Amino acid sequence: MSHHAHTIDAGSIPRLPASSLFAKLPIIGGLVGLGALGAALATGMGAAETRQQLWHSYLVAYLYWLSIALGGLFFTLVQYATRAGWSIALRRVFENVAATLPLFLVLFIPVILGMHDLYHHWLDHDVVANDPILLAKAPYLNEKFFFIRAAIYFAVWIGLALMFYRGSVAQDQTGDRTITRRLNGLSFVGIALFALTTTFAAFDWIMSLDPHWFSTMYGVYFFAGCVVGFFAFLSVITVLMRQAGHFGRFLTEEHQHDAGKLLFAFCVFWTYISFSQYFLIWYGDMPEETIFYRLRQTATWQPVSTFLVAGHFFVPFFFLMSRHVKRHRFGLLGGGLWIMLMHYVDLHWQVMPNINSEAMRHHAGHGFHLHLLDGLTFVGVGGLFLAAFGMMLGRSTLVPARDPRLAESAAFQNA
Amino acid sequence: MKDFGLLAEFTTTSGVYHACEKVRDAGYTVWDAHTPFPVHGLDQAMGLKRSHLPWVILVMGLTGSSLAMLLQWWVSVEAYPIIYAGKPYFSWQAFVPVTFEVGVLFAALGAVFGMLHFNRLPRHNHPLFQSKRFERASDDRFFISIEATDPKYHPEQTAELLRACGAVAVERVEA
Repeated sequence: MSHHAHTIDAGSIPRLPASSLFAKLPIIGGLVGLGALGAALATGMGAAETRQQLWHSYLVAYLYWLSIALGGLFFTLVQYATRAGWSIALRRVFENVAATLPLFLVLFIPVILGMHDLYHHWLDHDVVANDPILLAKAPYLNEKFFFIRAAIYFAVWIGLALMFYRGSVAQDQTGDRTITRRLNGLSFVGIALFALTTTFAAFDWIMSLDPHWFSTMYGVYFFAGCVVGFFAFLSVITVLMRQAGHFGRFLTEEHQHDAGKLLFAFCVFWTYISFSQYFLIWYGDMPEETIFYRLRQTATWQPVSTFLVAGHFFVPFFFLMSRHVKRHRFGLLGGGLWIMLMHYVDLHWQVMPNINSEAMRHHAGHGFHLHLLDGLTFVGVGGLFLAAFGMMLGRSTLVPARDPRLAESAAFQNA
Repeated sequence: MKDFGLLAEFTTTSGVYHACEKVRDAGYTVWDAHTPFPVHGLDQAMGLKRSHLPWVILVMGLTGSSLAMLLQWWVSVEAYPIIYAGKPYFSWQAFVPVTFEVGVLFAALGAVFGMLHFNRLPRHNHPLFQSKRFERASDDRFFISIEATDPKYHPEQTAELLRACGAVAVERVEA
């Protein structure tokens, strides 16, 4: 309908009820997460081979949940940059997802503990000294600069997430409209910093697992994963929140439909980026570039590659195309959960072929396999992420109570 | 002369909106609303079903993609096979951009011409253009037209309904 009823009654602003399952996430997620991570560390620290498995599994799990948090940060910035109206009722969800980023600084410790198993190619001085390629890359790929860069990434991410979160929550109290304007101006700087930091983080933490190989598109490929993973998570949360009814009249089928549209669009974006990366390497046919796909298109990794193309593009493309599916609770819930699964497959497919790749050439058993440690680390990091997310949900109202565009968002309708 | 139908004039968006709900509930099927700008929710108030256009676009898009892939296969494998960069004749990777582009082209053409078809456009004239007051449909007035071919149409009773809905003027338009 048109833009009448534009005043919001302060008493109608929803909060997370203590009886909600979301309010219990900090306890449940925290206990399950710590338990699973403890079990993973206890069983994984041992023989060199299990240790390799542990750190690679952990890296996949860490990147998975980190990418969702980063997607939340990116989308918060985009809301301010575009001065979006429709999404205001959902914006606290984006902000709360982004506000879990400080947790990922703590969860980075295991990556540091395992870095000599993960990044042993370029960390081993003897190997680097005898390898002209690694020697040329040494000014960038060295331990000290790696830590400096990681510190910069976390400073930018956590700084942005907290700045936007605090501004938004402060506005709940004061209703100060200049906050919206200030954050709108900051969002452009934020997006530029976000683009640079995620690009180099993808180079540092994933691409350098095989330091001979390079792809200038890797940064945007990781970014596409961040955004599609976040929209999948957002779709699931939107459906669950609507089912629980916590948002009252602020969260409607129309918002769910838009979350679904974004999920659909960024599935296509992910495909566009990953195909472009593949296409250029396939065309050029240079051995130092094709090795990435050679590893993944032979032996046991071949079916995983096929599954990734089918499951991350063709299935969701035709499934989520329909308006009816995106507006249906089980339709979007199913679509969101499926993409969350495929996002895991994507990261697993990026990281895991690097395990012990010398040994892989001799043992068939080192190809694609799911290890118990994959599950434990996934549940571990995921549990802690959900605990932090649930804690943040309870710390403020579920919608930005005095945002100037809240009423517009509540009345939003798709044409 | 035969009647085209009745044209009712409204002065406000809410007026035409609620009138549409009443006309819909009265069971009319061959009628339309005319507003100078999009009125949100008017399609529900009119009881319009969703357009079939997306299906046309989907079929056209898939047809375009299939034809593009087929053409490239035929050229590279059947008609004029040459070895390029040591790659197989049927290098589907190289065909993806064209397959995508032609799929988009066909889908877009399907959207434009399908839209014209469902809107019964283009046409040279429309009986409603005879009405002088209808000119304000592109300015500041809102209209409902009910056509004489509607099974429930009755020159007096339908006009009575429209007046009861709050129309400021109801006029008969010749076919």
